[in-house]
Amino acid sequence: MDFIDYYKLLGLPKTASEKDIKAAYRKLARKYHPDLNPNNKESERKFKEINEANEVLSDPEKRKKYDKYGKDWQHADEIEKSRQQQQSQRNTGRQQSSEGYSGDFSDFFESMFENQAGPRGRQTRFKGQDLNAELQLDLKDVYVSQKQTLTVNGKNIRLTIPAGVENGQTIKIPGHGAPGANGGPNGDLYITFSIADHPKFKREGSNLYANVEIDLYTALLGGNTTVDTLDGQVKLKVVPETQSGTKVKLKGKGFPVYKKDGEFGDLYITYQVKLPTKLSEQETALFVELAKIRNHGN
Amino acid sequence: METKSLILLEQFCTLLNAEPAFIFALQEYELVEIIEIEATQYLPEEQLSEVEKMLRLHYDLNINLEGIDAVTSLLKQISNLQQELLAVKNKLNLYEAM
Repeated sequence: MDFIDYYKLLGLPKTASEKDIKAAYRKLARKYHPDLNPNNKESERKFKEINEANEVLSDPEKRKKYDKYGKDWQHADEIEKSRQQQQSQRNTGRQQSSEGYSGDFSDFFESMFENQAGPRGRQTRFKGQDLNAELQLDLKDVYVSQKQTLTVNGKNIRLTIPAGVENGQTIKIPGHGAPGANGGPNGDLYITFSIADHPKFKREGSNLYANVEIDLYTALLGGNTTVDTLDGQVKLKVVPETQSGTKVKLKGKGFPVYKKDGEFGDLYITYQVKLPTKLSEQETALFVELAKIRNHGN
Repeated sequence: METKSLILLEQFCTLLNAEPAFIFALQEYELVEIIEIEATQYLPEEQLSEVEKMLRLHYDLNINLEGIDAVTSLLKQISNLQQELLAVKNKLNLYEAM
């Protein structure tokens, strides 16, 4: 992990008093606290950093080590020991190189502060990190409620996906995030649904929209057409002289309303009149005749 | 009949190092509901995460009850606006796809 300048992080000079540190921490904690910035990963990261800074700078012993050793402050005792050994070895004329230190700062830090009381005497318990997952589904998948088992971080989670869930909607599964620190609660798991567009239906809330082609003759003279819905096919009566763009509402044939069992939106059908192409000579002649009749009539 | 999971208030306060007086104050502000059965107080389980959040706001950030009341209300508004934004985005996608 990269070295973090705790003073810079809290916006303080190295000469800052305990009171200054406390005030700066409080101010930044209010700004970045995860409870005040829900679903904001950047704030969560920043909050953890300022907590680390506060834990070190508000403890005179740790601050002293930090001021003296900078990024290696957490190994201060080992460095001191090593220096003393080297000194004594030099004195006896022997040379030996000291060992380098490696390791992840945060892990070390966590173990260091485990079970220690916070500045108010109330142990600062951190909620575990929230985890995010995306679940890709088709429109048909969320037409009915269904149970799915997801594997997140090696754990199987049984999940009921309620019918009518929205694209981009996030549901929270409490306690299935990363484990908390200092006895804090586990984080939560947030699952965001990504619902792919359907080739036939467009969705807006619980209403569905679809375009249906009808031929010129059905549009002019009326007739029947069969329309696909997510629930099967329905037969529709087309009234004579139906214009292209005419909308028809099929009540209750839309999408289920989220968390309202048995309630459905509507399906809006827009008729698109398809004109015939590749006309035969006879058809062309008849259309010319029709055009003449229409022009005379008007 | 619907069953409701209840958490013993005393146990909740012990485990979270919280003062019962603070929880009662939250009740006065109508921020939590405390259920009393035969002189014993309980918190409904579904309120736990909200109460824990209020405790963190109070103990970690020194926010007083008036502040918690305001913050809770604003967070609800943010959540509603986020839902509304999501619906509008989906609606916009619908028209852009047409």
